[in-house]
Amino acid sequence: MNDKGMIIAGLVIFVAIFTFPFWYNHLKAAEAPEPILSQKAKAAKTCVEGKAYMRTEHMQLLNQWRNNVVRKGLREYKARDGKTYVASLSNTCLKCHDNKAEFCDKCHNYASVTPYCWDCHTYPKEKK
Amino acid sequence: MEKSRRDFLKIAGITILGAGAGSLISGVSISSANESAHKAGSEFFKNPKALTAKRWGMVVDTRKLTDEICEKMQNACHRSHNVPDFIKKFGKKEKNHEIKWIWETGFENAFPGREIEFPRENLEDLPVVVMCNHCENPPCVRACPTQATFKREDGIVMMDYHRCIGCRFCMAACPFGSRSFNFRDPRVAIFDQNPDFPTRTKGVVEKCNFCAERLAVGKLPLCVEASEGALVFGDLDDPKSDIRKILADNYTIRRKSELGTNPSVFYII
Repeated sequence: MNDKGMIIAGLVIFVAIFTFPFWYNHLKAAEAPEPILSQKAKAAKTCVEGKAYMRTEHMQLLNQWRNNVVRKGLREYKARDGKTYVASLSNTCLKCHDNKAEFCDKCHNYASVTPYCWDCHTYPKEKK
Repeated sequence: MEKSRRDFLKIAGITILGAGAGSLISGVSISSANESAHKAGSEFFKNPKALTAKRWGMVVDTRKLTDEICEKMQNACHRSHNVPDFIKKFGKKEKNHEIKWIWETGFENAFPGREIEFPRENLEDLPVVVMCNHCENPPCVRACPTQATFKREDGIVMMDYHRCIGCRFCMAACPFGSRSFNFRDPRVAIFDQNPDFPTRTKGVVEKCNFCAERLAVGKLPLCVEASEGALVFGDLDDPKSDIRKILADNYTIRRKSELGTNPSVFYII
């Protein structure tokens, strides 16, 4: 058994490659992006539900909207504060958040999620 | 420690029971937590202006139809629902990829098997407009493995494009050819996109939805509005509705009614 050197060298190379993403980023996590609010969203002040809820639960909310609209035909949503909204991604959410790239994509890209909403649902043209 | 076979089986049995009860309890509490998270103050409802019925249906009076009206209806429908026009975009060779929600066809195509030996004058030129029949007993719904196609309480046979996996069983099941498949990305062939209605994506089947999105806000289907009185829309289940009056006053036929799908679109020839 004279392969000690080879084994240790191999291990060192393996560890170096395996940990490459960590030391390449100098052991720092990439900064979480802050979604940018559009002018309209800023002016509206409140979203359909509270900010914290929307931040963590918007996908569940959209799922509920989708199921109620498509499958049950219930197209209006009464939020907890009593305001009613038309349950529609393109016609409600994106009427305020008309900056998909800055608002939606930024975080989705960071979190490496690719929701397929936009395959069908339309979004306003971005101003460049 | 020596264990007898009997002891081992006892302990194993109790463990399984305990695990089962535990998962049951946690499952119940999770689902009730989900319910309550949803129920806490928010709710879903219909727009009070929405048109409702037990069973939506349509009468097509072919006597009032002309080619121009048919074209107008198709344009109104396809433009509003973002139906792609591959033939306009790529030419006739794309005929196989054509997507149709409502279209004009001839009498003998709409009513095959209804052979008339001595047809009345101009019967073969008679414009017949066809679309999804929103059958009472829809074979497409039975064929769909994901329940992407389903029948609503008001009789509309709807598609949930989120669920469609593009297997096309529904297309094989539909005896009317009312369904089209998106073999390619439809967005390339949509000319002026209606921002208020979604497009479809490659790999899903699509068809007429009796303008469910318009009924939900109290408007009649677009084809009915564009038809200049040739199309009448209403509740087949309500004996006092206009549509039932027309059905009572006229002899009507339905497409392939012998198949037992019970179509909700009636034709006056």
